[in-house]
Amino acid sequence: MTESGSTQSTVQEIIAALKDKPGALLPILHGIQDAMGYIPAESVPDIATALSLSRAEVHGVISFYHYFRDTPPGTQTIHLCRAESCQSMGGRKLEEHVKSKLGIDFHETTADGKFSLEPVYCLGNCACSPAMQIGKEIYGRVSADSFDAVINNTEASA
Amino acid sequence: MSITIYVPCDSSAVSLGADRVATAIAQEAAKRGLDINLIRNGSRGMYWLEPLVEVATAKGRIAYGPVQPGDVSGLFDAGFTEGGAHTLGLGLTEELDYFKKQQRLTFARIGKTDPASLTDYIENDGYRGLKNALAMTQEQIVQAVTDSGLRGRGGAAFPTGIKWKTVLNTASLQKYIICNADEGDSGTFSDRMVMEGDPFVLIEGMTIAGLAVDATQGYIYLRIEYPHAFEVLNAAIATAYQAGYLGDDIQGSGKTFNLEVRLGAGAYVCGEETSLMESLEGKRGLVRFKPPLPAISGLFGQPTVVNNVISLASIPVILDKGGDYYRDFGMGRSRGTLPVQLAGNIKRPGLVELGFGLTLRELLYDFGGGAASGRPIRAVQVGGPLGAYLPESQFDTPLDYEAFAAIWAVVGHGGIVVFDDTVNMAEMARYSMEFCKIESCGKCTPCRIGSTRGVEVMDDIINGRNLDKNIPLLRDLCDTLLNGSLCALGGMTPYPVLSALNHFPEDFGINAKATAA
Repeated sequence: MTESGSTQSTVQEIIAALKDKPGALLPILHGIQDAMGYIPAESVPDIATALSLSRAEVHGVISFYHYFRDTPPGTQTIHLCRAESCQSMGGRKLEEHVKSKLGIDFHETTADGKFSLEPVYCLGNCACSPAMQIGKEIYGRVSADSFDAVINNTEASA
Repeated sequence: MSITIYVPCDSSAVSLGADRVATAIAQEAAKRGLDINLIRNGSRGMYWLEPLVEVATAKGRIAYGPVQPGDVSGLFDAGFTEGGAHTLGLGLTEELDYFKKQQRLTFARIGKTDPASLTDYIENDGYRGLKNALAMTQEQIVQAVTDSGLRGRGGAAFPTGIKWKTVLNTASLQKYIICNADEGDSGTFSDRMVMEGDPFVLIEGMTIAGLAVDATQGYIYLRIEYPHAFEVLNAAIATAYQAGYLGDDIQGSGKTFNLEVRLGAGAYVCGEETSLMESLEGKRGLVRFKPPLPAISGLFGQPTVVNNVISLASIPVILDKGGDYYRDFGMGRSRGTLPVQLAGNIKRPGLVELGFGLTLRELLYDFGGGAASGRPIRAVQVGGPLGAYLPESQFDTPLDYEAFAAIWAVVGHGGIVVFDDTVNMAEMARYSMEFCKIESCGKCTPCRIGSTRGVEVMDDIINGRNLDKNIPLLRDLCDTLLNGSLCALGGMTPYPVLSALNHFPEDFGINAKATAA
C-alpha cells in the first residue's frame, strides 16, 4: 500500500470509530495526531465530510488549538514551560540554553529531525520549576546540565 | 507479613525520579528476599521532599525523603522497612509540621491511599456522600451544598449551590455536568493532584451533582498537558462502572450517570466555561456571550453545571458530614477550606489545605520557608496569570475572597507564585500582555488587538522610550481591556500589568510619584 493510501485508511478508521460521539471533532483530531504525530492536510476533507462540516471549519479548529499540528514533528517533541512559576526559577535562561543547544526556536524542528521544540504554558509541575515534558515524560527542576543529560540520553537511545 | 511501602505516582514526584525509586525498591527487596507490597500513592504535597517514600509501621507511616535510586540499598541496610534510622528519615509523615498544621477535607485521602483502588477509597470514607445523597431529595442535596457556603474554586468564586439550583429548576430532557479540569494557571496543581491522587472523589462528586440536578451525562474536560491524570481517570471510571458506581443503575437506585473524559488541546482560554463548552462541542474555543447562562443554556444548548475539579471534589465530604461541618471552616463569606499551592521560587513548595483566613505571610514563611534562592521575596502572584502581583507590604492580607478584592487582587484557584528580588516586574508585565496575545480566542477586539498593542507599549517602556506618553497609554489600554473584554482573559490581564506598575514603578523606569496620576 502506498504511504498516502495507508494514511487515508488510518484516518478513515479513526473517523469511523469516533464520528458518532457528541462533539466528535476534537476526539477525531486527537486520534489522528496520536496515530500519525500530526494532522495531515489530506485528512481534512474526509473529516469534514464525515461530520457534515466545511473544510474551512475543520481547518479553523485545527489552527485554533496550539497542540494540533499540520506538519510532522521530530522524533521527540520537547514542551518547555514558559509560564510564571518556571520564570521565577530561571526559566528564561533555560529557554535560551535549550534554543542554543538545539539550534532552533520554538515551533521548529532540528535539521536531523530528532527534536521539535514547543512552548507550553504550565505543566502543573510548578512546585518543581522549571519544568519540561518530552513525550509523556515530565521533568522537574530542569537545569542547563540536566537538560543536556536528558537530550544526550534520548539521542543515545534513539 | 509483608511490608507496605509507598512511593508516589504523582507526576511531580515522577518528574523528580519516583518511578526509578519504585523500581529500585522492588529490585532491592527481591534481591534480599523481602516480601513487600509496593503502593503507588498520590503525593502528600510536600514537594521539596519528593520522592517521599513511606513505610507502614505499627506506630504509623514513617517518611524518608527526598529519595533517589542511589539511596535505596542504603535505606534497606538501615532497616527502613521497619522504620530504621537513616539520614533521609523524617519521622512519622503525619507528624511533619507542614502536614500536621493543615485542615485536609478535600485532600483527606491524597497521599494516604492507593488512587487505583476502589476498596481503599471506600475504606477511607469514600462513597459515603453518595450514599447519603441517594437517600435525599434533589432539593435537599442542593440545600446541603448551598448551606456549605462552597464557592467555585476554579477562580470565579460563584456560589456552587446557586448554580446547581438554577440547573435543577430549568426543565429539560437532557442536562449535563461538566468538570472543568483545564487547570491552566501557572502556579496551580491542586486539580492535577486530585485527579492523579484520588480520582474516585471527583467521580463521586460529579455523580452527586448529576443526581442533584437530573443530569445523566458528565464530561471531564481535561487539559492535554496532564497525560498521567488522563490515564488515572480513565482507569478509575472503568472501575466505577464495573462496581455499579456509574452507569444506568447507580448502586441499585435506578438512577443513571455516565461519565467521559475529553481532552483539550492546549488552549488556555478553554478554561473559561463558555469557551470550554464550544470546545466540547467540537468547535474553536471562542467565548460565548452571557446571558444565556450555561445553567440555562449550556452544552449543546442544554442546562449545564460547570464546576472546577476542587469544587466537585469537595462535594463528597459536604454530603458525608453535612453543609454545616464544611461551613464551619473559613472566614467571612469565604467558607470551607482552600487548597493553596505554593510554587515558584520557594523553599518548601507544595499543597497546603486550610480554612480561609491565613495570611500570605504565614503561607510564604511559616509554611514556605521563604525564597528557594535564599534571597528576599520581592513579589508574589496570586491566582494565576490573570492575578495581581503583591508586594511585601500586602503580605498580611488574609486569604479571603473579599479581602483580596479590597486590595484589587484575586484568590483565583489558590496558586501562589513566588519571585525573589532578581525579578524585573516590567518584564513580567510584558509577559502578561504576551500571554494574553498568545491565548486570546480572538472574539472580542480589546483582548485580540489590545494584547498586541500592550506588548508593543511594554517594549517601548522597557526600552525607556517616551515614558511620559507611554505609561498613561498603558493605563488607558488596561482600562479598555478591563471594561471592554468579553471574558476574564482580556478583562483581567490588567491585574498583573497594573499591579506590577503600581507596586514596582521603579522597574518601569519611573518613580512612585509619577504613577500616582
